[in-house]
Amino acid sequence: MAPVVQIQDIHKIYDSGEVPVHAVRGVSLDIHKGEFVALMGASGSGKSTLMNLLGALDRPTRGIYKLDGIDVSQLDKNELADIRNQKLGFVFQGFNLLARTTALENVELPMLYGRHRKVSSAEIRERAHYCLEIVGLAKRADHMPNQLSGGQQQRVAIARALVNQPQVLLADEPTGNLDSKTSVEVMGVFQKLNEQGITIVMVTHELDIAHYCKRNLILRDGVVVRDELVKDRLIAEHELGKLKQAEAAAKLTAAPAA
Amino acid sequence: MRFFTTFLVALRALRRNTMRSILTALGIIIGIGAVITTVSMGNGAKARVEAQVASLGQNIITVYPGSFSSGGMRGGFGSSTTLTAEDADAIMAEVADIEGVSPEVRDRNQVLANGLNWNTSINGESPDYPQIKNWRIVSGSMFTEQDVKSLAKVAIIGKTVADQLFPNEDPIGQTLRIRNLPFRILGVLDVKGYSLFGSDQDDVVIIPYTSHMRRVSRRTNISSILIEASSSEKLDVVKQRVEDLLAQRRKGREPDFTVRTQEELAQAATETSKTMTLLLGGIAFVSLVVGGIGVMNIMLVSVTERTREIGIRLAIGAHGKDVLLQFLIEAILLSLLGGVLGILCGIGASELASYYFGLPTLVSTTSVIIAVAVSTVIGIFFGFYPARKAAQLDPIDALRYE
Repeated sequence: MAPVVQIQDIHKIYDSGEVPVHAVRGVSLDIHKGEFVALMGASGSGKSTLMNLLGALDRPTRGIYKLDGIDVSQLDKNELADIRNQKLGFVFQGFNLLARTTALENVELPMLYGRHRKVSSAEIRERAHYCLEIVGLAKRADHMPNQLSGGQQQRVAIARALVNQPQVLLADEPTGNLDSKTSVEVMGVFQKLNEQGITIVMVTHELDIAHYCKRNLILRDGVVVRDELVKDRLIAEHELGKLKQAEAAAKLTAAPAA
Repeated sequence: MRFFTTFLVALRALRRNTMRSILTALGIIIGIGAVITTVSMGNGAKARVEAQVASLGQNIITVYPGSFSSGGMRGGFGSSTTLTAEDADAIMAEVADIEGVSPEVRDRNQVLANGLNWNTSINGESPDYPQIKNWRIVSGSMFTEQDVKSLAKVAIIGKTVADQLFPNEDPIGQTLRIRNLPFRILGVLDVKGYSLFGSDQDDVVIIPYTSHMRRVSRRTNISSILIEASSSEKLDVVKQRVEDLLAQRRKGREPDFTVRTQEELAQAATETSKTMTLLLGGIAFVSLVVGGIGVMNIMLVSVTERTREIGIRLAIGAHGKDVLLQFLIEAILLSLLGGVLGILCGIGASELASYYFGLPTLVSTTSVIIAVAVSTVIGIFFGFYPARKAAQLDPIDALRYE
């Protein structure tokens, strides 16, 4: 089976400033269905640029990017928008939910821009509800983002990314704004989705978070310097169990002293 | 389908910021409200002027004397003394399609009666006068052609004069003195109120024009001739015939008279209220434009404030066109909402004005339709620039915007 993401010698040069910036200098990459990839690197390594290219938010200066067999590098602005809508799901570091809009309406959003399906508003609603169920937030469907915790907001964002059944789920530092326990919970959601066959690519700079993924890519100065499979992969469920035990233990030891 | 969902999206966006939406619409509300109010007040004033003009009598033609000039010195309008009672007789005798003619002699004088005195207009008229002026006699009767011929000392009086000289009595049959001559009161005229130009029309004593010329003012010319045409269609024909006849009677001499119809007078009065409406409407229109700029302002601020939202929409697959349409619909909805509320406010303000200040108002359907159209156009016009700005945002930049 052909890889979902096929990148051949991709370059991105920004020449808006005085000096052209060569952010990505020839990356070639294949990602197959069902993979769970962490994209790592220091700031300025080009990982965000690569993420924007993968997300069809930007076009490469040179090279070929095929997403699900479609050459994305040649498409115009509106075609890119359609690709993003139908083939990709986005999860951002800052959650990026619409304020003063219920969780359900936030999840519905990508379907309102769906081009090729004529879906009734009842179906849209049902589908959004189903996606909220997947991330375990069905009971919070009517809550506004400011009534939800950071982890819950990120799960709403994941539900939104899932709603159009994307080929690839792209996550840009999804745990960057979360504490360690919530981060593990969110990674648990990703692992569960990945087990159901969803391809996930995420950017992170936290090594331990990267250990929940199956494959780690390290970028430096716009090129991939390391590409390896994770050996002793962390399982979110186990880690959460350990955390809970640790918390309980802390309370136990704290209790007699009080 | 696509338009409908965009409409839904725009509606949700407006609902999310209820307070801001209302404040934005406020400019339009005030603008449209002001336009509706001023136009309806102008219409009301126009209707009142028209009613007043109609109350003056219909199909009336008035002949005024021309200007007097002697040895190079020219008098003002109506200063000539060449209009005579014979001119009036000739018009009555020779011009067709005439209902009535009244030679008018006007004067101010002190009148005495009942131990009281009062300074008022003494008008000499013919018995046709009440009919021409569409002015009823509420008690008693008009003097007759016989009274005119015999220079009778009889009078009918207006309501104001009756109130001033006979506060507690029936004036009919009483005597009032003008220049020490006793005049018997035959009748009292109905209340007519103020004229277009603000004078009290009821402050008047009317006597036969012959009595006025021979006994009171002692003059040979008359002030004007009042003519009633048989119908409004005949008005211009009769006017022309009167002009021809008078010119013929002044063979060889410069025409020394002016013939005017009631309509010309009414036009001048309507013109005044039209100018006022235009002026007020202009001011209201300026406030409407200011309101429109307010909408643009808020929409521009809103685009900046909602850069992230736009970024999210673009990232998850909205086309630039969708964002453009959304912001345009928001602007139009705001303007339209303002327009509808403005119409309601305008109607309310008009009602209040007519209730508390006694100002006549008339809300016209045309102004309501125009108001809605104008507010939609404002929405499109002032909403387009911010909407285009939003649509041209780059999703990456928009998402990174803090």
